[in-house]
Amino acid sequence: MNKRIIFAVAAAAALALAAVTFHASAADKLKVGFIGVGPIGDLGWTFQHDVGRQAMVKALGDKVDTTFVENVPEGADAERAIEQLARTGHKLIFTTSFGFMDATIKVAAKYPNVFFEHCTGFKRAANVSTYAARFYEGRYIQGQIAAKMSKSGVIGYIVSFPIPEVISGINSTILGAQSINPNIKVKIVWVNSWFDPPKEADAAKALVDQGADILTQHTDSPAAMQIAEQRGIHAFGQSSDMIKFGPKAQLTADTDYWGNYYTQRATAVLDGKWKSEDTWGGLDAGMVVMSPYTNMPDDVKKMAMETQAAITAGTLHPFKCPVVDQDGKTLECKGGTRLDDGQILSMNFYVKGIDDKVPGK
Amino acid sequence: MLLEAILLSVIAASTPLLLAASGELVVERSGVLNLGVEGMMIVGAACGFAGAYMSGSTVVGALCGILAGAALAAIFGILTLGLAVNQVATGLALTILGVGLSGLIGKGFVGEKIVLVQHLHLPFLTDLPAVGRILFGEDPFVYVSIALIIGIWLFLYRTRAGLVLRAVGDNHASAHALGYPVLKIRMLAVLFGGGCAGLGGAFLPLAYTPFFIPGMTAGRGWIALALVVFASWRPLRLVGGAYLFGAVSILQLHTQALGLGVPPQLMSALPYLATVIVLVLISRTRGTAGSAAPACLGVVFVPDR
Repeated sequence: MNKRIIFAVAAAAALALAAVTFHASAADKLKVGFIGVGPIGDLGWTFQHDVGRQAMVKALGDKVDTTFVENVPEGADAERAIEQLARTGHKLIFTTSFGFMDATIKVAAKYPNVFFEHCTGFKRAANVSTYAARFYEGRYIQGQIAAKMSKSGVIGYIVSFPIPEVISGINSTILGAQSINPNIKVKIVWVNSWFDPPKEADAAKALVDQGADILTQHTDSPAAMQIAEQRGIHAFGQSSDMIKFGPKAQLTADTDYWGNYYTQRATAVLDGKWKSEDTWGGLDAGMVVMSPYTNMPDDVKKMAMETQAAITAGTLHPFKCPVVDQDGKTLECKGGTRLDDGQILSMNFYVKGIDDKVPGK
Repeated sequence: MLLEAILLSVIAASTPLLLAASGELVVERSGVLNLGVEGMMIVGAACGFAGAYMSGSTVVGALCGILAGAALAAIFGILTLGLAVNQVATGLALTILGVGLSGLIGKGFVGEKIVLVQHLHLPFLTDLPAVGRILFGEDPFVYVSIALIIGIWLFLYRTRAGLVLRAVGDNHASAHALGYPVLKIRMLAVLFGGGCAGLGGAFLPLAYTPFFIPGMTAGRGWIALALVVFASWRPLRLVGGAYLFGAVSILQLHTQALGLGVPPQLMSALPYLATVIVLVLISRTRGTAGSAAPACLGVVFVPDR
């Protein structure tokens, strides 16, 4: 009888203690989850998201506990992966690729108390925000550099899928190049994958064999940069600084920096102030960072830095009006002196000067 | 000039497929269906890169790749031959295991870079116009792949051991009755196939793109499996299949670069479509009623039952 009472009291005390500590630790640590479309080791897109995550951990220390799920294919499997994070106590989940859009919205509807942040998408909900970086700002600068550095006047562009973000990137590059050389030409190859290093290398070789002498890409591995280094031409890195793979080839890289944004959003959840928003920051918000300008003459470097300063200050906009499409039509200028964000986000046409047709039109 | 450049790209793109498919051909000829080629290729890529990075030598890297592929194949062999587990399921499981293992092994090497293998350079021959670089300026893996497939052809059709292997694949009960060690022969074939797949995978970081990134084989193991079927399990046809696939893959990129306006999604599908179409055409002219597969392909063999 005594033993039973002692045992019961001890068990109750243990449970109470556990409940208190569990509650305390749950309240202390915010579990933040990330879903990546490729491997962190891609040294490109997904790698930068991990860099952002690490910056957030550094800033917030013990207050956050992070999980990064790599190599989640866009499509049905994404839903499973996102749901798994939501089910295991993650209160803030970042889904870092366009193709996770529908899966994110679906899971968000089932878990209204979890906050979701979808990168480069356009569908929002009460608990879903979207965020992206204005990569096209960096690409405009790259276009200008390309026009100055190219001897053949042909840019080689390796791309993944014909979504508006990719198409606006192509247009921005060409508009930048046209501001220096109105007759610049571009050859575009679609590899139908965000990440396939040997195929990207093959595409790079094909472009160089056909006369391109500057390479730029919207795919995630350093394969093209390495081909540029091998062939003795120049190229632009994408998402991450790829100078290691192209010490003599890289001119600059249009890198994404997510650290500040991730820290801000996690802090908002911790403070209870998280709201569904749409964030689209560029050079001015520090979400787009240009890698150091290398392997170019000083006058080109000076021009690039001046353009960068102008875009950051807002005095130069890559899509300043008039913007003329391939068919010769001048676009309606909904943003006053430039195309507005809605037009850029839904861009599905090429500007004049590009000979290819947009796939699927 | 452009044609030469295209041919060089085609050869480079076809070589990993040819290496992996050659090994798988021998495995399937012995009657074992090894679906784990993709897993073996990618551990070969990871270990090949690791070996080359740590030793500074491509040969060491290639050997590491071969051993890694063979090791994974040994697991497959023990399960399917020693324990008579279903071959299809085991092969698939090993692909998933291989992909995961390669990520684990490769994690410490991501971001590192090695020096690509040197191409052959013979003083007068390599500088010949048009054919010089194609015939005499390739990297060693290309020459190994050609020597390998010729060696396999000679082995299968001109040696007694090859005849025994084919017999084991076509009718393992009779071979067993004649006293041949069926399981031992199949195990050796499986190890050989795994080693070739590992070498094919190692080709990618050692001779193609000098870094390792998880997932870099991107499904080439599956293509190699399909090519063995395409080749009707005949070595010389396998060469044709591998180069056809490689050629269409490269040409579709060039066609896009030329700006001819063909939808790129269709171009991406073209290598697979072309392979299927050619397969249908060559199958129609053969006239045999059944498939050319080894009769005991995928059938579990348990002696004394």
